[in-house]
Amino acid sequence: MMTFLAAEGAQNPLIPDMTELVVGILCFLIVFGFLGKKLLPNIQKTLEERHDAIEGGLERAAEAQAEANQTLEQYKAQLAEARHEAARLRQEATEQGATIIQQMREEGQRQREEIVAAGHTQIEVDRKAAAVALRQDVGKLATELAGKLVGESLEDHARQSRTIDRFLDQLEGSAANVEATR
Amino acid sequence: MSAHTLLAESGCHLFTGCGFPAPGLNSFDFKPFLTIGGIEFTKSMLLAVICMVIVVGLFWLAFRKPKLVPGKMQLIGEIGYNFIARSIARDVIGKEGSKYVPFLTSIFFFVWIMNIMSVIPFAQFPSTSRFAYPVVLAFCVWVTYLYLTFKKNGFKGGVKNLVYIEGLPVFIRPLVILLEFIQNVITRPFTLAVRLWANMFAGHMLIVMFSAASWYLLTPSIMSAVAAGSFILAIVMTAFEVLIQFLQAYIFTLLTSIYIQGAIQEGH
Repeated sequence: MMTFLAAEGAQNPLIPDMTELVVGILCFLIVFGFLGKKLLPNIQKTLEERHDAIEGGLERAAEAQAEANQTLEQYKAQLAEARHEAARLRQEATEQGATIIQQMREEGQRQREEIVAAGHTQIEVDRKAAAVALRQDVGKLATELAGKLVGESLEDHARQSRTIDRFLDQLEGSAANVEATR
Repeated sequence: MSAHTLLAESGCHLFTGCGFPAPGLNSFDFKPFLTIGGIEFTKSMLLAVICMVIVVGLFWLAFRKPKLVPGKMQLIGEIGYNFIARSIARDVIGKEGSKYVPFLTSIFFFVWIMNIMSVIPFAQFPSTSRFAYPVVLAFCVWVTYLYLTFKKNGFKGGVKNLVYIEGLPVFIRPLVILLEFIQNVITRPFTLAVRLWANMFAGHMLIVMFSAASWYLLTPSIMSAVAAGSFILAIVMTAFEVLIQFLQAYIFTLLTSIYIQGAIQEGH
């Protein structure tokens, strides 16, 4: 063939050989078929998976972080609520305590006033009773004294004086007796 | 089998009465090693099939059972995959680019491995320096380009996207439409194919040239020094080719992604 071509002279190299065209296109299509249908999609998938594995790990970490934050928030909220509740209870207790003290004070005041009032009434009653008794006693004594004075006759001034003194002593003695019995 | 092996076997040297067997187009034509029913199978086809097996095999080893924590092969495969997916598909096409990564990856690695065959011992020939292979790839890109243009924009919008430019004076429109049509529908796939083919063709030619010359000049004379220089240049060119092989595969893939981006964008 070479000698034949050489004898024919220069063949145009820009005219492709028919068999070579066929072989060439078959070879390329086989290469493209294997690479395009099977092998490159394979690696494309793997690269995506790898990308996903790396990015996915980061995403999962971010998720965990977010969850932790959320839990922390919840915990803080609960804590704040508990504090608030405690404060509220304390406040309530204080208020109740104050009310009770107030009530007690009022009650005490009232009782005191009652007792004082009762005391005053008692004293008044006693005073009146004493006055009545005194008046009776004084009348009786005056009558007695007058009888004695009249009976003894009025001639002896000294006797009169003694009688009066005796009477007064009696009177004091009876008063002391009353004091003592009381 | 290959042209330059024949040159070496010929034992043709300077001062032996034969002229320099300059490498030419014949360096790219091989005797078929197998003929079935009139269809001739040549070295470039065998290499294309081998490259196909290598690309599929490597990716099979790397991505057959991908794991979240990659093994060695998978790690290497991922570097290759990410190179296309990030620095080409995502940077050029954008968010929608991930859909076209398999297409772009297939193109890049198939072209690159075929190019690399240029410097692999015993292969020493890039299939892409035979015009048919770049044509096949450019054709696939072209079909994809037109398909996406009409799929994304509808028929009317697709035609508009292909040939129409907003805000031009009326009298110049027919000319621009014609030029745009030629540029987008005809020259683009052609230049895409030719760029790859010509680079690999020229690169192979240079290596053959310096290799053949160093063999031809290797005589018991002062010309041996020149032969040594030529040999060193052959090695330098080989190293340079390794760079070009990668670059051309990259450019081919990059342009493909630019065309796809142009096809799927709104308006023009």
